[in-house]
Amino acid sequence: MNEPTPSILLSLRVNGRDEQVAAPPHHTLLEVLRYRLRLTGSKQGCDKGDCGACTVQIDGEPVLSCLTLAIQAQGRDVRTVEGLAGRTAHPLQDAMDRYDAAQCGFCTPGVLMSAERLLRDADRAVTHAEAAHAIAGNLCRCTGYTKILDAIVDASERMHGEAAE
Amino acid sequence: MTDETKKDHVGGWHRKVGAMDRMRGLAKYTDDLELPGMLHAKILRSPHAHANILSIDASEALALDGVEAVITGSDLPLPYGIIPWTRDENALCLDKALFVGDGVACLAAIDEDTANEAIRRMKVEYEPLEAHFDPAKSLASDVHINPYSKKGNLSKKVLLEFGDVDEALDASEVVVEGEYFFEGTTHAAIEPHCALAKIDPDGMLTVWSATQVPHYLHRELARVLEIPARRIRVIQPPLGGAFGGKSEPFDLEFCVAKLAMITGKPVKLLYTREEVFYSHRGRHPMRMKYRTGFAKDGTITGVASETILDGGAYSSFGLVTTYYSGQLLTAPYAFGTYRFHSRRAYTNKPACGPKRGHGSVQPRFAMEIQLDKAAERLGVDPIELRRVNAIKPGEKTINEMSIGSTGFLTCLDEVERASRWKERRGKLPKGHGLGVAGSTYISGTNYPIYPNEMPQSAIQVTLDRSGRARIFSGASDIGQGSDTMVAVIVGEELGLPQEDIRVLSADTDLCPVDLGAYSSRITLMVGNATLQAAQELRRMVTKSVAKRWDVPRNRVVLADRMAIDREDPEQSVDIATAFEWAETDHGLLAAVGNYKTPTDRHGDYRGGTIGASPAYSMTAHVAEVKVDEETGEVRVLKIWCAHDCGKAISRGLVEGQMEGSTYMGAAEAVLEVHDVDPAHQGVHIGPSLLDYRIPTSLDTPEIEALIVEAPDDRGPYGAKEAGEGPLHSSIPAIANAIYDAVGVRLDELPFTPERVLAAIEAQRRRNAEELDKPQLAVGK
Repeated sequence: MNEPTPSILLSLRVNGRDEQVAAPPHHTLLEVLRYRLRLTGSKQGCDKGDCGACTVQIDGEPVLSCLTLAIQAQGRDVRTVEGLAGRTAHPLQDAMDRYDAAQCGFCTPGVLMSAERLLRDADRAVTHAEAAHAIAGNLCRCTGYTKILDAIVDASERMHGEAAE
Repeated sequence: MTDETKKDHVGGWHRKVGAMDRMRGLAKYTDDLELPGMLHAKILRSPHAHANILSIDASEALALDGVEAVITGSDLPLPYGIIPWTRDENALCLDKALFVGDGVACLAAIDEDTANEAIRRMKVEYEPLEAHFDPAKSLASDVHINPYSKKGNLSKKVLLEFGDVDEALDASEVVVEGEYFFEGTTHAAIEPHCALAKIDPDGMLTVWSATQVPHYLHRELARVLEIPARRIRVIQPPLGGAFGGKSEPFDLEFCVAKLAMITGKPVKLLYTREEVFYSHRGRHPMRMKYRTGFAKDGTITGVASETILDGGAYSSFGLVTTYYSGQLLTAPYAFGTYRFHSRRAYTNKPACGPKRGHGSVQPRFAMEIQLDKAAERLGVDPIELRRVNAIKPGEKTINEMSIGSTGFLTCLDEVERASRWKERRGKLPKGHGLGVAGSTYISGTNYPIYPNEMPQSAIQVTLDRSGRARIFSGASDIGQGSDTMVAVIVGEELGLPQEDIRVLSADTDLCPVDLGAYSSRITLMVGNATLQAAQELRRMVTKSVAKRWDVPRNRVVLADRMAIDREDPEQSVDIATAFEWAETDHGLLAAVGNYKTPTDRHGDYRGGTIGASPAYSMTAHVAEVKVDEETGEVRVLKIWCAHDCGKAISRGLVEGQMEGSTYMGAAEAVLEVHDVDPAHQGVHIGPSLLDYRIPTSLDTPEIEALIVEAPDDRGPYGAKEAGEGPLHSSIPAIANAIYDAVGVRLDELPFTPERVLAAIEAQRRRNAEELDKPQLAVGK
């Protein structure tokens, strides 16, 4: 590579906003989100799809944004952790907060985007096993997953009006 | 989960300071920072395990448009090291590279793509040298690895003896002998190391770094860059995990600072995941020989060990690690006599250092399996054997450490009860087993890394007229929750809810010095400093309120954002007004707190200060496993962890440390291997999170955290550590459970299917041979 690769203009829809951004065609969605759009909530932990810290949603499905070229997201609906909360915290964020489920918090954005997908269409409160399966692609090194799974189940129960206490 | 009625009090559950910002993607970790005109740096790393650097040609790299500067070892010639007596590494190699991945040159360019291309254009001529990957062979070799070493490849040797061990072992009823190998493992925090530097026109240098030791980084930057510490500001942004892997200065911090000084522009460097594996400083591989003697009643008469530590290319904390490999083993059990002989070797590998449970996780593994073997030979329950030997509160260990409180017996009771040990052990289906182990850990060290008599921790707290408190804390919150811990203490003392307290931490310009997040020191040390400051403020406020009510000061209570008359609760005032009254009387409401470690609690011998701590935590684990005898696969089904933290200042955070530690131990037991491949010139066996297997949510056992509280006089509200102790016994509890399940001893980590299957097959062969001998056939 002797000549710098010319940038191309990308049209992205991120968290409900239309964005026009110039980036080299080989740049990943993660790079464009973090370094062009300044949406640094999605994290880079491994650069190659091993850790899940970069998980975002495209058209509602969790994807690894470090393995997705930004150009592949054109014309599709991208949602990042910054787009999760409304005026108040998402029930998952509130539950994770109550359970102290984020220690360093670096894997948390990815965990939230995976877990949100699980809860969105669930017609009942999810189980620990279902929650564990949903976040199996998100490595956490702090918690042993215990409080994360408790929080996901708690959030799910509250969304279905089954919360204990 | 958060009990709303107790949320603001010591002993309750608390939402973590800053956690919601992290969950909303708003918190700025180091790599999330961007400064105008910022350059991106990359480090060129050695492809050789041991090689002289004959020449470095950067001309083609510098010719590339957008490349601003290249530095090599000679630009940063002063050596550094976290331990002042073993400064044996340079930011970039001076004359030779010591392992595959050692930094050789660093450059800064306008963007990452350009920097990567420039790295490819660097030309380095190497002369490969003989490399050593085996510590025993390294110790015997004349080919010396680290150029700063004064004793060849011997990095450190410690030999300490307490009492006549050989005589005690000779007189013992049972002597258990074993050889153990603890495989190297690494921290694998999900956030890679990252540093950003900027230089002001007047020469003021600011370094943001994903570090857990801003103060030590501050000092070493000043030394290596040869600029006064007052001209350097170190800021630790929110940190994405550390576990000991960010507890000393690294090449990238010196490189970004130097490149910023050369170019005048901000420079950032983010390690790739591969580089994180090269920076390492993980758990030392240790080969350990143990002889342990027992009297008929089960008391431990003597312990003798010989240990070789595989140190890698640099010292890191290795001097301390070598001591810790023996010094921290002497509780929770009383030893009759003790000798340990530990040697740390330099090898051509990424440097080992402190990983959670620094230096003592490995000998604990050996010791707790030794106890399990002894229990069988003595015919006693393994939990009972541990009870018999438990050291008592207030006793001194064989190596003269003063144990304050110990709740170890309660820890044993708790795991025994919760696991239904008595009802289930020995009655589980074939392939299922239960195992127990115990351990202890320090709550910080009495002596700092660089000798001085200043406080190890300090804090400043101010109150303002709106009824809020601001805390300036030197402590590094690395995810463990130290910001929350100080806020809970201030809230408890001043009657403030958490949301009315601001914590600013780990900024060397704005905060007082704390030595950092290592050796599980913060809750005890910074907690004590915080308590001192908060109590002084409480006295100022209650005095002013008492004066206005004309009552004795001790009648005034601060609680729930109010000052209340204890004897006439109708008489009360909101806290903001109380603060106004106090500010009227005293001026700005500010107080400092300090913590100085005790100097009368260590051994009276060379090395006797290492391992001395104000207080010791205690832990017991029971693990339940299922072993597949056809495949050798070990499934850890559940681990019960009882941990004596003295007092749980914030229960959710303590449980989180217990769960995270127990998980990390279980991972080391069954999955993790950090090593290089001697058959391929010492390249790393897999520097990625795919090859280096850490457990997913599906691999992690169910963990039950059982908090035990034996308050220690030296801790704030009695609190001791919780961040590292609960890792130790997780591993041998699993080893002992495997023995219970299938009757094979696994004295080498990790317990991979291959290793477990080989042990099962060897046992089958032995059993078959036994069956061939009539009359001697004995079933297990």
